[in-house]
Amino acid sequence: MFDWWHRIVSHFVFETLGLSPESAAGSALDFFLYDTVKILTLLAVIIFLITFVRSYFPTEKVRDWLEGKHPLVGHVAAALFGIITPFCSCSAIPLFLGFIQARIPLGVTFSYLISAPMNNEIAIAMLFSLFGWKITALYIGFGLLVAIVAGIIIGKLDLEDEILIKPPETPPPHLEEIKIPVKERLEEAWGYTLDLLKKVGLYVLAGVGIGAFIHGYVPSDLIVRYAGGDAWYAVPLATILGVPMYSNAAGVMPLIEVLTQKGMLMGTALSFMMAITALSLPEAMILKKILSTKLIAIFFGTVALGIMIIGFIFNAILR
Amino acid sequence: MKIEILESGCVSCRSLEHNVREALAKSGIEAEVEVVEDLQRIMAYGVMRTPGLVVDGKVLSMGKNLTPDEIIGLLS
Repeated sequence: MFDWWHRIVSHFVFETLGLSPESAAGSALDFFLYDTVKILTLLAVIIFLITFVRSYFPTEKVRDWLEGKHPLVGHVAAALFGIITPFCSCSAIPLFLGFIQARIPLGVTFSYLISAPMNNEIAIAMLFSLFGWKITALYIGFGLLVAIVAGIIIGKLDLEDEILIKPPETPPPHLEEIKIPVKERLEEAWGYTLDLLKKVGLYVLAGVGIGAFIHGYVPSDLIVRYAGGDAWYAVPLATILGVPMYSNAAGVMPLIEVLTQKGMLMGTALSFMMAITALSLPEAMILKKILSTKLIAIFFGTVALGIMIIGFIFNAILR
Repeated sequence: MKIEILESGCVSCRSLEHNVREALAKSGIEAEVEVVEDLQRIMAYGVMRTPGLVVDGKVLSMGKNLTPDEIIGLLS
């Protein structure tokens, strides 16, 4: 799709500037120019599409739909809705209490709460532009699996008493749908896309910049020795390292791309990316206002375990 | 007219309050403005995305930081 652009970049770097394709500087610059334009373009298109589609799936509609469904249907549907609905960690509290208020089981609520940030629009757009649709599909598929299974486990543990604030006894009123014309939805989606690009653009440039440096200057065997290969601790280490990186997902993912090209195993990379989006410290801090530390620890523990199992399985199969 | 702004402490919640006051000043509409941070009251409206804008008990907007002009449009 971007072959034409790569030809222009290569012509500029290798003919106009006269750098050798074999040189570290030439290969790094070629990589940087090609990757930044490709990623920013795809980010804009994908974020715009996701934002537009999800304006038709407000969280309140999801809640009303999940109300009174069989738990198993609930887990699967909640995880699926997590892909398409908007999620911002500052709304995590009203969202959580709103689900509980509607008598949606705690485990089903967690299936949603795990899936929503993991399948956020930036992560999906970055994954698609860096790794292509196959890895994106694997990420989403296994992300859903983690959300469903972790939700079922949390649901089985009878943790309802660990919710510190009780929502009102009365079920939530069914809100009249706010009618928004398509034109307005498109404009809103575009405005949101620009805002988001402004927010993550610098991280993307920095991430690709560092990635380009590694691409050109750092030899592969160095990365294989430290980040890659067969070491048993690669997956757990990647999972733990992912926790503090939530706000920088857009900057970290280009690095992961380069690391996989240089020998990091795909399972380790998947674990790393899932940990970045699903295990976010700021979200945990916000949820601490309404959930006991025990429940948050179980939530993080179950999800982390699921992410690591996926990493191990992948590394074992894809070798 | 009574305007309630439902918020849960995020940045866009605070700017909604600011924009509501700006909209009132700009349009000359008289209204009583209250910021609601009590979760029980937010839940009672069935709102799950903050900031929320409630006018005379009716939820008009959720999860959106409206501009002053958009707010004037909703109020009139």
